[in-house]
Amino acid sequence: MTGVVLAFLVRLATGVRLLGDVPEDGKRRIYFANHSSHLDFVVIWAALPGRQRQWTRPVAAAEYWEKTPLRRWLASHIFKAVLIPRDLARMRSEDPLGKMLEALDAGADLIVFPEGTRSDTGEVGPFKPGLHHLATKRPETLLIPVFLENLSRILPKGEALPLPLMGQADFGEPLPGPLEGESKGAFLERARGSVMHLSHGHLIPATPDEGS
Amino acid sequence: MKDPELLYLVGGVVGVLLIATLVTKFLIRKSGETAVLVNLRQRVNAWWWMMVVFCSSLALGRTGVFGFYALLSFLALREFITLSPTPRGDHRTLTWVFFLILPLHFLFAAAPWWGMFLIWIPVYSFVFIPIRSALAGDTDRFLERTARIQWGVLTCIYFLSYLPMLLYLPIPGYEGQNAKLLFFVVLVTQISDVMQYVFGKLFGKTKVAPKVSPSKTREGLLYGGAAATLIGTSLWWATPFTPAVAAGMSALLVAAGFFGGLVMSAVKRSLGAKDWGRGIPGHGGVLDRLDSLLFAGPLFFHVVAYYFGTNMHEVYKQPQWMHDAMRLWMGS
Repeated sequence: MTGVVLAFLVRLATGVRLLGDVPEDGKRRIYFANHSSHLDFVVIWAALPGRQRQWTRPVAAAEYWEKTPLRRWLASHIFKAVLIPRDLARMRSEDPLGKMLEALDAGADLIVFPEGTRSDTGEVGPFKPGLHHLATKRPETLLIPVFLENLSRILPKGEALPLPLMGQADFGEPLPGPLEGESKGAFLERARGSVMHLSHGHLIPATPDEGS
Repeated sequence: MKDPELLYLVGGVVGVLLIATLVTKFLIRKSGETAVLVNLRQRVNAWWWMMVVFCSSLALGRTGVFGFYALLSFLALREFITLSPTPRGDHRTLTWVFFLILPLHFLFAAAPWWGMFLIWIPVYSFVFIPIRSALAGDTDRFLERTARIQWGVLTCIYFLSYLPMLLYLPIPGYEGQNAKLLFFVVLVTQISDVMQYVFGKLFGKTKVAPKVSPSKTREGLLYGGAAATLIGTSLWWATPFTPAVAAGMSALLVAAGFFGGLVMSAVKRSLGAKDWGRGIPGHGGVLDRLDSLLFAGPLFFHVVAYYFGTNMHEVYKQPQWMHDAMRLWMGS
């Protein structure tokens, strides 16, 4: 219930629309998106239909979400986040990719940000190899690219107060997994391209209004 | 809403919307669900909602009206800033604009503290905005960024707030009836939009400014504007005007509405967008509906104030309760 209300409030505040149609085909899905704001996964989560939201788990940084009791409660009770350590020592002992595969096998859909960290420039940075790993280990999983627009203006890195601007989450067609003979780098670049492809100016014009 | 004349106005609008709904139903039955007709149906449905919300705000009295326009102003500014490419350096400035400048302005307006209502935006806020942006340290296209925010604040907050301010305009012999004046302005301006659209679709040939707004035609403006002026004149009984003055005021609203729409359309296109948003089905964003009222509100207000010789000296005084509160706070 808290989740339904929170998702509604997030959509109201960010102007992101509820996604109408996610087919219930029993297939697992990985939503992968560009990352520029703390709002990113909340927005994808809030845009999903209520039923999907129940089994969709964001993959998020443990260091951030374990910091305060409120964050811990949100992460475990509302978002059911898969918390992944950024710290190298912890990474070795906790096997982040293993945790994600485990979640998929248990019937969860995942929200991941393959850039690893929030981009400060508005550009989509290079993808880390985790997505390739998940796609090869669980080839039957659908890879859904998502482009998040304007969220970095609503809540940029390093700011505490969000602006009430309108954002958008564009969901794309499933990306075919790694092809025969395709290198890891080429696949990751293709995945990155599929996210950027969705950005073709819906909300914000591609070029500012200089000179016109 | 004790004023029977106000009820006649509401009744008239309900009647017109009923006819519009029936005509749309009939057209769709006759020619099927073409894109134009589906859009027409969406527009008519949205008109019902907008009418209900607008009238409810009037029924709730001053608080309702000022709350409603503060919300509209917030939504309009949200659309405006969303489409304007404001960079990181403007974040803090915009936080102040949305969460302090806007609510305070409507507080001053609702008080009413006339002096502050008049200068809070064009003096205090316009001094504050560039200072805050300069402190953020980003000098890249500084003038454009500042001008952009100031333009948004001026149109979406200041100009728009003149509409509820009509409630306070002192007009001899018209005390307590100002809600009808607000109704008159909104009705004539919006009817003018609709009439220009309808006559433009029927007889439109010569485009006024094809690059700025392809739907604005000279024929639409002339015939639609004339029709709206006629409607406005026929409503003189609800206004403090004689029929002749009502005609002049209606023509002013038609012209200001047309140019407000044209200018906001130019701004919108310079930002590379077709609609301001997607908040109102069939219409676009909130600003797509409000654009014609932005210039009409302040122009109408000041022309009426001048015409009736409103004593601006009275108007500059702080309201008594705020005066008392200040003294209490200062401890004297």
